[in-house]
Amino acid sequence: MPINVLMPALSPTMEKGNLAKWLKKEGDAVKSGDVLAEIETDKATMEVEAIDEGVLAKIVVPEGTADVPVNDLIAVIAAEGEDPSSVQAAGGGGKAAPEAKAEAKSEPTSAAAPAPADQNTTPGGGHMSYERVNEAPEGAQPGGTAPQQQAGAGGRVFASPLARRIAKQEGVDLAAVEGSGPHGRIIARDVQAAKASGGTKAPAPQAAAEAPKAAAPAPKAAPAGGAPAGLTLDQVRGFYAKDSYEEVPLDGMRKTIAKRLTEAMQVAPHFYLTVDCELDALMKLRETLNASAGKDKDGKPAFKLSVNDFVIKAMGLALTRVPAANAVWAEDRVLRFKQAEVGVAVAIDGGLFTPVIRRADEKTLSTISKEMKDFAARARAKKLKPEEYQGGVTSVSNLGMFGIKHFTAVINPPQSSILAVGAGEKRVVVKDGAPAVVQVMTCTLSCDHRVLDGALGAELIAAFKGLIENPMGMLV
Amino acid sequence: MSDTYDILIIGAGPGGYVTAIRAAQLGYKTAVVDREHLGGICLNWGCIPTKALLRSAEIYHYMQHASDYGLSAKEVSFDTAAIVKRSRGVSGRLNGGVGMLLKKNKVDVIWGEAAVDSVAKGNQPGQVTVKESKRAEPPKGAKGAGTYQAKHIIVATGARPRAIPGIEPDKKQIWTYYEAMVPETMPKSLLVMGSGAIGIEFASFYRTMGAEVTVVELLPQILPVEDGEIAGIARKRFEKQGIKILTGAKVTKVEKGADSVTATIEGGDGKTQQITAEKLISAVGVVGNIENIGLEKLGVKIDRGIVVTDGLGRTNVPGLYAIGDVAGPPMLAHKAEHEGVICVETIKGLDTHPMDKAKIPGCTYCQPQIASVGLTEAKAKELGFAVKVGRFPFAGNGKAIALGEPDGLVKTVFDAKTGQLLGAHMVGAEVTELIQGYVVAMNLESTEEELMHTVFPHPTLSEMMHESVLDAYGKVIHT
Ligand SMILES: Cc1cc2nc3c(=O)[nH]c(=O)nc-3n(C[C@H](O)[C@H](O)[C@H](O)COP(=O)(O)OP(=O)(O)OC[C@H]3O[C@@H](n4cnc5c(N)ncnc54)[C@H](O)[C@@H]3O)c2cc1C
Repeated sequence: MPINVLMPALSPTMEKGNLAKWLKKEGDAVKSGDVLAEIETDKATMEVEAIDEGVLAKIVVPEGTADVPVNDLIAVIAAEGEDPSSVQAAGGGGKAAPEAKAEAKSEPTSAAAPAPADQNTTPGGGHMSYERVNEAPEGAQPGGTAPQQQAGAGGRVFASPLARRIAKQEGVDLAAVEGSGPHGRIIARDVQAAKASGGTKAPAPQAAAEAPKAAAPAPKAAPAGGAPAGLTLDQVRGFYAKDSYEEVPLDGMRKTIAKRLTEAMQVAPHFYLTVDCELDALMKLRETLNASAGKDKDGKPAFKLSVNDFVIKAMGLALTRVPAANAVWAEDRVLRFKQAEVGVAVAIDGGLFTPVIRRADEKTLSTISKEMKDFAARARAKKLKPEEYQGGVTSVSNLGMFGIKHFTAVINPPQSSILAVGAGEKRVVVKDGAPAVVQVMTCTLSCDHRVLDGALGAELIAAFKGLIENPMGMLV
Repeated sequence: MSDTYDILIIGAGPGGYVTAIRAAQLGYKTAVVDREHLGGICLNWGCIPTKALLRSAEIYHYMQHASDYGLSAKEVSFDTAAIVKRSRGVSGRLNGGVGMLLKKNKVDVIWGEAAVDSVAKGNQPGQVTVKESKRAEPPKGAKGAGTYQAKHIIVATGARPRAIPGIEPDKKQIWTYYEAMVPETMPKSLLVMGSGAIGIEFASFYRTMGAEVTVVELLPQILPVEDGEIAGIARKRFEKQGIKILTGAKVTKVEKGADSVTATIEGGDGKTQQITAEKLISAVGVVGNIENIGLEKLGVKIDRGIVVTDGLGRTNVPGLYAIGDVAGPPMLAHKAEHEGVICVETIKGLDTHPMDKAKIPGCTYCQPQIASVGLTEAKAKELGFAVKVGRFPFAGNGKAIALGEPDGLVKTVFDAKTGQLLGAHMVGAEVTELIQGYVVAMNLESTEEELMHTVFPHPTLSEMMHESVLDAYGKVIHT
């Protein structure tokens, strides 16, 4: 039996991934544990390992293919003793044969499909028998069920027969519908929801007039591909001279950022609270602590705390001091937490990650500092595990190093707030009726109004400010 | 403090024990409490022992008709005690099997009468008190009475027979399914009150074993949840077998004699009649076991005797869940099991959806069998669907003829607009084993086209399922 290699699910929520690279060629011998290919998911790059021994007989999905659904056949390994040149996908077919991508015909063709070769003939002998034939079903089914490729959307769309039919009757573009069935398959209720929310993509030419409707689809109706419907590709292209730009395909991370943050802005009502925090005491404490750091075995200081480490810790403690703010929205209720989980935005080439410091309230500054160094390094290498950047109640985004004085950040769902931290800079302020020079950092908290009201948000950021300005409180 | 469980389930019926196994698979430290039997009503007093009894009746029926098949069986008779013993043996075997499954999955069994004291708040787990049960001996290895802590508590306490005031079961002449399951002798005459699945199955069993049976149903149709046409066909067959059926009729009074009951029955036309029978089976539905388990105190929302849940098993009280019969109709074992799995998977944070009740099949194992899923023709029309209806009779199917079962019908109801299979309804031999084909098709959201393109093996009864679909679209071959 040939062995099918399927698109793996690298996290419980993964529905599809990009086949970034094949590390074995057709004809290569593989043994258990060999890395066959690299898969790029939402955010991380991961490796597909062979679990069986044999010869990589056929690569079904070429490298560079985007949005390969989980469990799709990506390659076939010929087991020992099998002729690699003649193996076909084992069993359970009908799913992945690339030839099946052609637009499915949907006129009711009960008997019109060309009959395949005599089904009752065994390949070898050609005699009729009362036994069943042991062959994989044909890749393409007769009649309207062949996997359908959406023109222009660049990926196969999995949808139930009923969903397809309703979509056709109602003029819903399946490529613009997010599936809620098994493995993200589009089922009838998704099409109905898309229709009800007006989430159908208007045909390009008339789209200008339709734009307001299409621009605010319900989250479920967001296109499977990533960015929710805004202007269409053709519309955007229409604004610019043809040779004035280069088109950059989206990677998984860009799609996720576009999708999640658009959703956040549409779904979570944001409001913003800005405070100035005086940093002089913190800078002094930081200097003392860093000077006191022992040396590690390489003779380097055991830790070097950054201002951001203090910010993370202060945010963690603030959350536990204002327990009502240590919560997130969950459809028809609020989930309230005991420990503080603080995400930290880490910019990397082409995007960002938000690894989460768990129990930020309990951890020491030096522990937080160490974890952050590790997270930042692995984020840049795209080696973070999904569970390391999932969850969190709030996040910290610091653009101080770029000289940004003040900005607002978009909440990272399902979190309920995010702190935008500006640069620490010397400013003249009025102190005791006289001008004084102090070091100040402007911070702005974006709050999800479903969870935090103004006063609660103010309480949270006041607690934060208190800790930053009296940093000894963070040591005990 | 005793052990803290992640999940504690009250009731080890099909809902409870399946939920426990799934919870354990998901890595939860799990316990299930029961006061009486593993496997609940289903394994011990419901689905399974009735099927064992009905199997005896079926074979008895075939033996009586042996000559139809060129066979001879002389002096065909039965031994009531042996029939009952077999049925109890089947239950006992499966009941033991549940014990082993729970053990294998490292689910703790706690024996006794459970009540919820509190639900989890913050880091504080909920608490359940288990009192000693006098109903039955605990299975080997079970934990005993005491207080137990759990983060999530799932109520799966099932249901019990409903009693009509004035016609309360007395275990002697007025039976519930409990007594009807273990007759000491076969009654000569029987009055069955209620023509749902339970009433009809007992009516069919006792009639086949030779009793004079009368079924009284308040509604105008027997098997009220089934498609009218199917119920009509079933009724004709029952009447041909000699079952007397009174629909639109009500038992208004029951007088008990020395070894008989006399029921006063008021017909739809206002006329009353009296029927005397040796026994009366009260099969007028079940009510949820919601009492004395702490629900009132916790403020759990109850509606008409049923714990209200959100479709994912969650009650209005966080940390408390309900599944199975106690969480409402359809009161079927497979619904209980599925609901339980959805409940724990939701707790785990998996991507779950409320069960689509329109896709839960229902089966009645009388002679002839009845099986259905989805909307009846009448209901589909009432909901405003333009329907296409397909029908295929058993008489047109080779296998049915070969089996000597030429009576029955397979009926399909499609939405004319989209081709969605809205419902399927069958009456006849083995249909309870057939219906699942349509259930799968419905869950995959097949339209008539996929069903037409599916190849059905020949010769089987399942070919009728194909033909019924073809008939709905004017392409039927064998009629
Ligand atoms: C005669 C008959 C035939 C049936 N045939 C079928 C059929 O063919 N197909 C079908 O799908 N369904 C059938 N049913 C229905 C089926 O039995 C029920 O739907 C099913 O048993 C419900 O499962 P459950 O887990 O919700 O509850 P149950 O099976 O009722 O289990 C509940 C359990 O909870 C225990 N319990 C209750 N309260 C407490 C407490 N306070 N402390 C500890 N333990 C407690 C009980 O002892 C019991 O074991 C039939 C029912 C009857 C009566």
